[in-house]
Amino acid sequence: MFGYYLDIALRSLRRNPVLTALMVLAIGLGIGASMTMITVLHVMTDDPMPRRSGQLFYPHLNPLPLDYRQSGDGPDPSDNLTWPDAVALLKAHRAERQAAMAGAELLLRPGRPGTRPFNIHGRYATADFFAMFGVQFAQGQGWTAADDDARAHVVVLGNTLSRKLFGGADGIGQSVRLGEHDFRVVGVVGDWQPQPVFYTDAAANRFGEADQFFLPLSTAVDLKLDVNGNFSSWGEDQADTRMVSASTTWLQFWVQLRDPAQVAAYHQFMVDYSAQQNALGRFQRPPTDAKLYGLMAWLGHQDLVPNDVRLQLWLALGFLLVCMTNIVALLLAKFLRRSGEISVRRALGARRRDIFLQLGIESAVIGLAGGVLGLLIAQLGLWSVRHRPDDYAQLAQMDVSMLLGTFVLAIAASVLAGLLPAWRACRVAPALQLKTL
Amino acid sequence: MQLRPILSSLRHHKLTALLLMLQVALTCAIVCNVVFMIANRVGQVTLPSGLAESELSMVQVIGIDKNENAQARHAADLAALRAIPGVTAAVAVDSLPLSRSDSSYGTCDSLETFIRAMAARSMEDNSGCVQPSVYSGTPGELAALGLKLVGGRDFLADEYAQAAPGWTVANVPSAIISRALAERLYHGRDALGRSLYMGGRPPMRVVGVVDTLLRPRLRTPDVNQYSVLVPSVPGDNEVTYVLRSTPKDRERVLAAAANALTGLDPDRLIPPDRMRTYAEMREQYFRHDTTMISLLLASALGLLFVTALGITGLANFWVQQRRRSIGIRRAIGASRGDILRYFQAENFLIVGGGIVLGMLLAFALNLILMQHYELPRLPLYYLPIGALLLWALGQLAVLGPALRAAAVPPVVATRSV
Repeated sequence: MFGYYLDIALRSLRRNPVLTALMVLAIGLGIGASMTMITVLHVMTDDPMPRRSGQLFYPHLNPLPLDYRQSGDGPDPSDNLTWPDAVALLKAHRAERQAAMAGAELLLRPGRPGTRPFNIHGRYATADFFAMFGVQFAQGQGWTAADDDARAHVVVLGNTLSRKLFGGADGIGQSVRLGEHDFRVVGVVGDWQPQPVFYTDAAANRFGEADQFFLPLSTAVDLKLDVNGNFSSWGEDQADTRMVSASTTWLQFWVQLRDPAQVAAYHQFMVDYSAQQNALGRFQRPPTDAKLYGLMAWLGHQDLVPNDVRLQLWLALGFLLVCMTNIVALLLAKFLRRSGEISVRRALGARRRDIFLQLGIESAVIGLAGGVLGLLIAQLGLWSVRHRPDDYAQLAQMDVSMLLGTFVLAIAASVLAGLLPAWRACRVAPALQLKTL
Repeated sequence: MQLRPILSSLRHHKLTALLLMLQVALTCAIVCNVVFMIANRVGQVTLPSGLAESELSMVQVIGIDKNENAQARHAADLAALRAIPGVTAAVAVDSLPLSRSDSSYGTCDSLETFIRAMAARSMEDNSGCVQPSVYSGTPGELAALGLKLVGGRDFLADEYAQAAPGWTVANVPSAIISRALAERLYHGRDALGRSLYMGGRPPMRVVGVVDTLLRPRLRTPDVNQYSVLVPSVPGDNEVTYVLRSTPKDRERVLAAAANALTGLDPDRLIPPDRMRTYAEMREQYFRHDTTMISLLLASALGLLFVTALGITGLANFWVQQRRRSIGIRRAIGASRGDILRYFQAENFLIVGGGIVLGMLLAFALNLILMQHYELPRLPLYYLPIGALLLWALGQLAVLGPALRAAAVPPVVATRSV
C-alpha cells in the first residue's frame, strides 16, 4: 500500500510542479536558516572536555564590599579570585587537583638575526594545570609543584610557537626570551585545543587559537609580568602591588573533584573559608555566597553566546514558523480541493486512516525534499558563517548529530505541517461530496 | 461591492483563511520589528564621529624599550611623518573615536557632586556626574582631526603637560568637551569657563566646545557623544599616529609612514592590522552590525516572499476550485471587473485580519526584544506603514490568480465538470 500511496503522492505533486517547487523551497529555506543557527549555537555551547567536564569545578568567592556598585557594561569582578584567596585555596589542597591561572601577553624576542620581536598570548598557571586538564605533550612535560615554589624560570610552549622557534628540532632545554627574562623550555604541548577555551576569564577570546606558552604563576607574580585579562580593583591599590592585593581580582581557579561527596565537601570548605574571612573582616558578604560551579554551568554563567547570534537563531526559527504556516495553509487548500477524489475513495471503502496515510505521505515527500534542500542551504549558511570575522567562525561545521538533526527537524516539521490538513481532509464525508460531482 | 458573498464563502474555508491570516500576522509582526532593528543598526553604523574621516589614516606603534623617553621618541617620529609628501598634519594620540581603546573617568560639574558621587560609589545615577571618554594628544590634535569648534578656542601651547608614567592623562588646566556633554553637565547654560572635576584631579576649565566627538567604544545612544579632549601629551610607549592627507594619498602615506618609523627605530612593533585608514577602522568596528543588517534584510525579504507565495498559491487553488461558480456568475451578468474585484476584496479582508492580529503581535514581540536585546520601543508609525506594505503585497500577489479568474469564460457554466 505504501508504494501505491507514494505513487499517488508523486503524481499529485507533479500536477502542480511550480507550487510543489515553491513549497519545497519555502520549507528548505526555513530549515536551512534554522539549522545554520542551531549548529552555530551547538558548537558554541559544546562541551570542551567531554571526558573530564564532570569532574572540573570553578569555585566562586565574593570578596566584594557590600556597597560595591557594578558598572553597567563591565565584567563582574567576583568572577575572578584575588591572589591571597587563590593562594589559600591552593595551600588548603582540598581537591584532587587544583590550579590557579591568568592570561598572559608577552613580547617574544626570537634572538636570531633578521627576526623581529612579536607579542604572543599565553597563560600563567600552577603545576596541576597540565594534569588536571589532560594536556598532551609532544615533547617533555609540565613543571612540578617544586618549580612553582622555587619560582623557576621554566616555560611550556604551544606546538605552533615551538615550530616557529625551533623548526622541527627538539626544543627541550633551549632558552626563550619572553619580556625581559630568559626561560628554559621544559615541555611542548601537543594537539590540545579545547573549544571553547573554557578556563580563561570573560574578557578573553573564547574560541580559536589556544595559548602559545605557559609559565609558572609564582614566577609571573615574582617578576611582575603583564597580565592579559580583567584586573578589577575596589580598594586604593598602587600599581606595583596590585597583583598581590587582597582587593584586586584577576585569577581564574579550577579544581578537580572525583565524586559528589568530594563536591559537597569542597563546597562546605569554601563556605567555611568565606566565614573565616568574614570573621577576619575581609569579606562582607554572607558565607553562603560562595558557590561551586561545574564546568558546563560555569560556561552557562559566563554566557559565551553573543546576543546577535541568539537573535539570529530566533529570527531563523521565526522564519521557519512562517514557512510552516504557509505549508499548512497550502496543503490544506490542496487536499480540500481533492475532496471529490477523497470521497470517491471513501465511498469505495477506504478507511479514514487510509486517507490520512495517503495524504500524510504526500506531505512527508515535500518534507523530505525540503530537508534535503535545507541541508544544502544550511551548508551554504555555515560556509558564510565561517567567513565572518568572528572568533567562533572556524568552528561552524556540521557534525553527524547535527546532520541527522536537520533531517529529523525537516521530516518532523513537514509531517506536523501535513497532520492538520490530512486530518481535516480525511473527515470529508463520502456521500455529500459524491452528490456534487 | 458586496461583502456578504465573500464573507459567506470565507466561512466555508474557515481553517484555510485563518491559517493565511495567521501567516500574514506573523509576517507583519516579525517584519515590523526586523525593519525597526535594521533602522537602529543603520543609525549606529552611520553615526558621525566628528572627524574628517575620509582624510585620516593611522599607524599604531608599540615601543619595546620601557625606559625610553617616550616624548622625545614621539617628537622625532612626528617630525619624520610630517616630512612625508602629502601629509598635511600629523599628531600622536592615545585613542580615537571607534578605536575601541577607551579611558573614561567619573566627571562632575562641581566638587560637591563629585564627593557625593564618590561616596555613593556611582557616577551614573548622580545628576551632576557622568562618565565621559577622555582623549589626549599632542598639540594640533583639534585641527589635524578636523574637529569643529562651536565655541571657545583650541588649547594654548603652555597648557600641555605630559602624563606621569603609568597614568594616561596628566593634570592639566583646561579641557575641550563635546556639545552633548556640555548640555548634559551644564544644562545648556554656556559651558565655557566652567569647571570640570574629573577623577579626583584639580579642576579643569572648559575652554572650548566641539560639535561632535564620538566615544572610542559605543555605549547607549544617549551617552555615545560624551567625550573630553585634554591637552595631555601621551607619555606611553604605545601610541597612535594620525596622519591627514587627501583621500587618494592615504595608502601611499601609510606605506611611507611605516618605512619612516621603521627607519628611525627598527626595534619596535608596528602591528600590520593597526596600520589602516580611518574608513577601514570604522568598517571593522561596525562589521558585526553590517553583517547583521544584511541578515535582517535577507530575512525580511524572505518572509515577505514566502507570504506572497502563500497568498498566490492559495488564491490559485480557490480560483481553480471555483471555476464553475465564476462561470455562472459571469453568465448571469457579472463583468470581468466584478470577478477581479471579488478576489481582490477577499484578499483585502484576509490580509486586513492578519494585520490587526499582526500589530498586536508586533507589539508583544517588541516588548520581548526590549527586555532581552536592549531594543528601544517600536515607534507607532511603523504599524500603519507595515499594514500598507502588506496590503500592497497581498494585492500584488493575488493579481495573477484574480486576472485568471476574470478570464474564465461564461460558457464554463454550461459544462459539467
